[in-house]
Formats: sequence, C-alpha cells, structure tokens
Amino acid sequence: MITADKVLNVKGLACPMPIVKTKKAMEELFPGKILEIQATDRGFKADLEAWTENAGHQFLGTIEENSVWKHYVQKASDVEEKQ
Amino acid sequence: MAKRKKTTIVLFSGDYDKAMAAYIIANGAAAYDHEVTVFHTFWGLNALRKANQVDVKKGVLEKLFGKMMPRGAEKLGLSKMNVAGFGPKLIKHVMKKHQALPLTQLIETAQEQEVKLVACTMTMDLLGLQEKELLDGIDYAGVAAYLGDASEGNVNLFI
Repeated sequence: MITADKVLNVKGLACPMPIVKTKKAMEELFPGKILEIQATDRGFKADLEAWTENAGHQFLGTIEENSVWKHYVQKASDVEEKQ
Repeated sequence: MAKRKKTTIVLFSGDYDKAMAAYIIANGAAAYDHEVTVFHTFWGLNALRKANQVDVKKGVLEKLFGKMMPRGAEKLGLSKMNVAGFGPKLIKHVMKKHQALPLTQLIETAQEQEVKLVACTMTMDLLGLQEKELLDGIDYAGVAAYLGDASEGNVNLFI
C-alpha cells in the first residue's frame, strides 16, 4: 500500500492537461514525497511514465478502480534530479 | 545545471485542428521543461488575432485581407470536414463532451507556461496585420531569430 503525500485530481481532463497539471503539482512537492494522480485518460499512463523518467522522478505504479487510474510518482531528491 | 532542452514549432497553417495539434505539443513540451517557441507565420498568424475588431489605420487591400481572414483562434476553420463552418461547431461540441481544451485556452495555457509566442513580422506586413491586432505579451521577429532557437532545438516542427 502506497501512502500519498498529495492527491491530484485530473479526472475527465484530456491531453495535454493531465501532464501540465502534474508538472505543476510536482513543483510544489518536497523531494522524496509521493504524488497520487487520479486520471481517466487512457493514454496518460504512458505519458506519465515517459515524463517521470525524463524528469528524473520515480514512477511507482498504477492502481485501477472503476475506470479511474491512480498513478503514484515519487519526487526525486535534489541530487537525483536530472539536468 | 545543464541547459534546458528546446522545442520549436513553426505554425504556418491557419486550420483549427492543426493549430490545436501545435499547441498541444507546445504545452506538452513546456511540461517536459523544454524552452518552447511557437513561431507564427502566414495563416498561422490568425490564431494570434484578437477576437474583437481593433481600430487601426489600414489601406484598402489590408482592410480586405483583415475581413477575409479569420479573426482569432476560435474563428479558424478545419483542414478537413469544414463544411462551410459547420465542421468547427461540430468538433467543438465533441471537444466539450470529452473535456478537450478549445484552442483559445490552449494558447492561454501555453502563455502561462511561458511558451514564447512569436509573430513573423514579414508576413504580418504581407497580410496587413498590425501589433495592436494581435494578442498581448507576444514577441515579434524574423527567420534569424527563429533559427537561433531552432538550431539549438531538440524538437523542431513545421505545421
């Protein structure tokens, strides 16, 4: 069981808004903390996996419940962060 | 800190669907932490026009161009299935249903994400468009400025 430090609701939103909002939410998070993103866009999982890898964060996994996907991402500590 | 990656998009088309694709990529690239430039030339300039008529001095030909071209993002037609303006109405209805953002809001979001919007001044002259008629907070430049960005670009697109 993963406990999120913050929950972001992007249910119903279409591309590119889920990733735009995820980026903003991650900026407000402290390193090492976990963000839960609730989404309904089918393509978002692939988007998120690619995005987290590029940004140097950690994609923890996905749980599906009643057509809502809950994605978990852990923010990189400052050292790990790419760039 | 290493240099940020760059994405540049030339928006030549004045079609609603193509402009949407351009702005979805622009917003996605900004979320990817790229420095993003959208360079508007020819018909793509119409996406930057203010929706209301702006009082500016113009010659006959410029006035005619101004009247014939779509005034602002929401007036653009579709590249396919335009059906004399019915197509855009239909697609906007479907977009609402699927909560896809209209082009105007995609442009606003891009500006919030600090995407650099550039209007090509040479084609502005050709089409008789003036700065006052275009959105606030955009840049004005030519091909060299675009190439300055594009030559360092990791993603360069022409739409």
